[in-house]
Amino acid sequence: MSGFRQRPFEKGIAQPSRSCFEGRTAGGIALSIASSGCSGIQSALDPAGPQAAHIESLWWLMVWVSAAVLLLVTLATLYAVSHGRQARGLDAEPEATPDPVAERKRALIVAIPVGMTIVTLFGLQVASFTTDRTLASLSTDNAVVIDVIGHQWWWEVQYVETTPSLRVTTANEIHIPVGQPVVLRLQSNDVIHSFWAPNLAGKKDLIPGHETTFSFKADRAGVFRGQCAEYCGYQHANMGFLVIAEPPEQFYAWLKKQRAIPPPPDDPIRQHGQEVFLASTCSLCHTIQGTPAAGKVAPDLTHIAGRQTIAAATLPNTPGNRAGWIVDSQRIKPGNRMPPNPLTPQDLQALLAYLGDLQ
Amino acid sequence: MSTATTAPAVSDTSQERRQLERTWSDPPGFYGWLISVDHKSIGKRYIITAFAFFVLGGLLAVTMRLQLARPENHLVGPDLYNQLFTMHGSTMMFLFAVPVMEAMAIYLVPLMVGTRNIAFPRLNAFSYWVYLFGGLMLYTAFFLNSGPDVGWFSYVPLAGPEFTPGKRADFWAQTVTFTEVAALTVAVEIIATVFKLRAPGMALNRMPLFVWAMLVMAFMVIFAMPAVMLSSTMLIMDRLVGTHFFNPAEGGDALFWQHLFWFFGHPEVYIIFIPALGIISSIVAAFARRPVFGYLAMVLALVATGFTSFVLWVHHMFATVVPGMGKGFFTAASMMIAVPTGIQIFCWITTLWTGRPVTKTPLLFVLGFFFILVLGGLTGVMLASVSLDSQVHDSFFVVAHFHYVLIGGAVFPLFGGFYYWFPKITGRMLHETAGKWNFWLFFIGFNLTFFPMHQLGLEGMPRRVYTYSEATGWGDLNLMATIGAGLIALSVLVFILNVLWSLRRGEIAGDNPWRAGTLEWATSSPPRNDNFDFIPAVAAHEPLWEQKEEPAKTVGLSTEVREVLITTLLDARPDHRLTFPDPSIWPLLSAIAVSILFVGSIFTPWAVVWGSIPVTFALIGWFWPKPGKPKRTCRWKSRHDP
Amino acid sequence: METVHKLSALAYPVAVVLLLSGCEREERRFREPPPATTAIESIRLSDLQPGVPTPAPAIANPYEENAYALAEGKRLYSWYNCVGCHFQGGGGIGPPLMDDQWIYGSEPQNIFATIVQGRPNGMPAFGGKIPAYQVWQLAAYVRSMSGLVPKAAAPGRNDGMSVKKPEASVKGQPPKKTGRPP
Repeated sequence: MSGFRQRPFEKGIAQPSRSCFEGRTAGGIALSIASSGCSGIQSALDPAGPQAAHIESLWWLMVWVSAAVLLLVTLATLYAVSHGRQARGLDAEPEATPDPVAERKRALIVAIPVGMTIVTLFGLQVASFTTDRTLASLSTDNAVVIDVIGHQWWWEVQYVETTPSLRVTTANEIHIPVGQPVVLRLQSNDVIHSFWAPNLAGKKDLIPGHETTFSFKADRAGVFRGQCAEYCGYQHANMGFLVIAEPPEQFYAWLKKQRAIPPPPDDPIRQHGQEVFLASTCSLCHTIQGTPAAGKVAPDLTHIAGRQTIAAATLPNTPGNRAGWIVDSQRIKPGNRMPPNPLTPQDLQALLAYLGDLQ
Repeated sequence: MSTATTAPAVSDTSQERRQLERTWSDPPGFYGWLISVDHKSIGKRYIITAFAFFVLGGLLAVTMRLQLARPENHLVGPDLYNQLFTMHGSTMMFLFAVPVMEAMAIYLVPLMVGTRNIAFPRLNAFSYWVYLFGGLMLYTAFFLNSGPDVGWFSYVPLAGPEFTPGKRADFWAQTVTFTEVAALTVAVEIIATVFKLRAPGMALNRMPLFVWAMLVMAFMVIFAMPAVMLSSTMLIMDRLVGTHFFNPAEGGDALFWQHLFWFFGHPEVYIIFIPALGIISSIVAAFARRPVFGYLAMVLALVATGFTSFVLWVHHMFATVVPGMGKGFFTAASMMIAVPTGIQIFCWITTLWTGRPVTKTPLLFVLGFFFILVLGGLTGVMLASVSLDSQVHDSFFVVAHFHYVLIGGAVFPLFGGFYYWFPKITGRMLHETAGKWNFWLFFIGFNLTFFPMHQLGLEGMPRRVYTYSEATGWGDLNLMATIGAGLIALSVLVFILNVLWSLRRGEIAGDNPWRAGTLEWATSSPPRNDNFDFIPAVAAHEPLWEQKEEPAKTVGLSTEVREVLITTLLDARPDHRLTFPDPSIWPLLSAIAVSILFVGSIFTPWAVVWGSIPVTFALIGWFWPKPGKPKRTCRWKSRHDP
Repeated sequence: METVHKLSALAYPVAVVLLLSGCEREERRFREPPPATTAIESIRLSDLQPGVPTPAPAIANPYEENAYALAEGKRLYSWYNCVGCHFQGGGGIGPPLMDDQWIYGSEPQNIFATIVQGRPNGMPAFGGKIPAYQVWQLAAYVRSMSGLVPKAAAPGRNDGMSVKKPEASVKGQPPKKTGRPP
């Protein structure tokens, strides 16, 4: 994570730029919605790649057309009920059989907005199909191929290589090179999830029994947050992930580092930490390469300290948060699959020291 | 023994009138209420029960909004929150929206077509009891911590046996079964009433638009509901006996559920929406003081909307692996359905424009409908685009959209209908000023709640999340939405208080307080047991406006048995008389037997076998032939009799 | 009519309050102390005792009536690789778990002890590797494989290849203690 600027992390994941949230008045809201500069690291209105950008253009087209239609209909309605003619009131004689000639004339007039509706819808349809085709035509030459497997409630990420020793397995954090297309092969391990990083592209469902591919590209560097968008159980709300777009050299350097197997710890505290890891409940579920721990049902922890977040982009990856997660994850994400692990303070500190070295 | 359509008869035999009233009345007391087969009595209890579920669903929503008002709130944990949103959706969709629209039909359609009762009266009673027992079962399960927590559309594999342990999803599936049986039976009754029980002279092209809307809805129910009954049965079978309908490893498919459910689910929302269009037409005609402009276009638009709604369902699945070419077809259809709705809106605006609008509370709700529904429809066109939907699907944008179209498109017209027909049902007017407070609180509260959700969806907030972190920045808009929800709750409270007050102190309404034109206003408020002493003969589109003399009457039906007049389908020429059933306990007993079967089958498949036995007995009791009662006819004197 | 409505309006909440005592089957407890962790000391493997036999303490496993716990047990059965030796209950390398033959006893505490302590001829000792409450969940699931738990709480079929009847459809098999290690 060296070099490029990121947003500072404080309590939460990141501080999104608040440029469109000044002024909580109704007018402010209206303005903020109308403004084209709503930025954020989890926003469809701040595209960082061509897919999201095309969709954003379509969005603005539809917003302006819709606003015009709504305005016209509202004005017509208000005029219809307020323009005075004769005396009103329910005692007024109803016009039981309106003049047929006048009604025919009105029918011709009404045909105009009907025709405009059809033409407008047709135009929007063409715009939609054009966008669909543009999105589908993203070139996937020289793409980075990544397997994303959805679990309840975390994301398994595997960088696909033909040579097995070059494969990288990580969790909840996807690094991609800027400017190069990325193809995700989406599968689910249990229920239906949905991969959604709004800054980059629309979403795609991960459906058990139906593997599918999904491609996008980042045009600028940055850290973008995504979240599962298909209700998947207790911790659906906290099943997030990060997509980190970085310049290609940085990306390949990161990949190389991920392939490296961490060396065995060299000081007593960290060695004790590794013993704690291997001897207690951790190794039954987690993997750390280079050790006997090869559990496959939980996130791979080989390079855990190098990630920006833990618990599926729910907590910043600090020692304190790691400690809280290890000891009692059920308090943070009730219902998640990791059991509480009451450890003695020495064991916990040793374990944290050991894990903190796994960059 | 013939009936004669005559000019106003000399209705002099008050003894005959009293006899007729007695023939059509229920026995006294609680037992009489239990065994009633009168469409008005059943319609009223249906409306009140549906409204009670509306309030319950609303309370669930307020709880959710309180939890989401602040980031990382700890009011409600994930398990309870999941039950809350599932119960809210299931209550509103299955226990409120469809039943209340059918209830309006049950009460009003026989009055509007000029007959004495709805077709298949005992089936009508059965339908209410089944609906009530289904709703009670669901809420009992909820209070026992067994409320479903899989979302109102219950996607598999999450709702399957591996990922939802216990009986929660089974209670959801059986609620569907209960409510679909109730809805299907009412649909059959509506179609039979509209086709065969209309007053003489009410040809199909003289039917009120409200009746057309209910007819279209009823056909849609018949075609759509079986899909969800099938899928919920398959789900129960997967969970209870280990079938593999939705198990990919054994040849099933998770997407199969989505197709089956949404084939029902999309028409379902139009089943809710189309009756509301009928209510709007009634109110607009009365308050613009002219018939709705473009009758033929309006009818065709209703029918077109009904048909088209069946080919939209994949737009709920745009994020799945359905091929892009196929999705494109559904984009086209989903946008196209805006055309008939647009035609209807333009016709109503023209009606108001060329009429003399009187802005009382019912019309205010109609105006609210125009704004909110059109806005919701426009976001619907946005969602029809595959690309745009791929960003906002399953986010709060969609939550905003469907609340705009459902509340704007169905609940606002419904409230307008309540204010419009309350005088007819109870004989008293609702308080007008309270009505205006009701409307404005609702309108402002609604927009404050749901408009910010569009923005939240675009900012990445998914649906069905029990909390969100501070760093997302979603807190302020969520707080605004919660405040709006409080206003909505307040407005519903104003409505309830208005109803309770007006029942005792409301201005006496009289037969036709709105000076409207359709037949339900030709009888007393509340209507007599027999609806009309003489079946009216209809010669015009708005009978009370156009038939300046008292509407012509049909004489000859018996006063001693419950007789109705069956007319032909197209032109409503009198065809024959039919004796309708008297009040009966068998619908209630059958509903109890059926409920035992349904609830038992959640726990064991043998319930289907053993539970059939009481059902069989109940049905035998129901259908046991009764000896014909002696009846005299042609007792009415008319000017033309010798 | 009014009285009827008032009465029925009252009756329902009263009934609900009575029933609000809760439904054990549907509880989802994410953080809770396990039924008993020290019970293991009082578990006997041998029927022979000096003098008058001390009655065995009855330790009920409330998880056996809890659908969530049984489902968790089923998940953990795969995750902790019990399937590797016991397969889906039919046995293979290890003895079958779905029949009525119980070598070390069929009571919940016996199964708990077996998992935690290990057994001769290949059953690993999982003590210290699996938290105690999860062992109780696994014990409850193992009993469900022979149909010894309430049917309404037992798990249904898995989303996977179908190799046996779902536990909820299994006929109850009264246990026989064979006392004979494999």
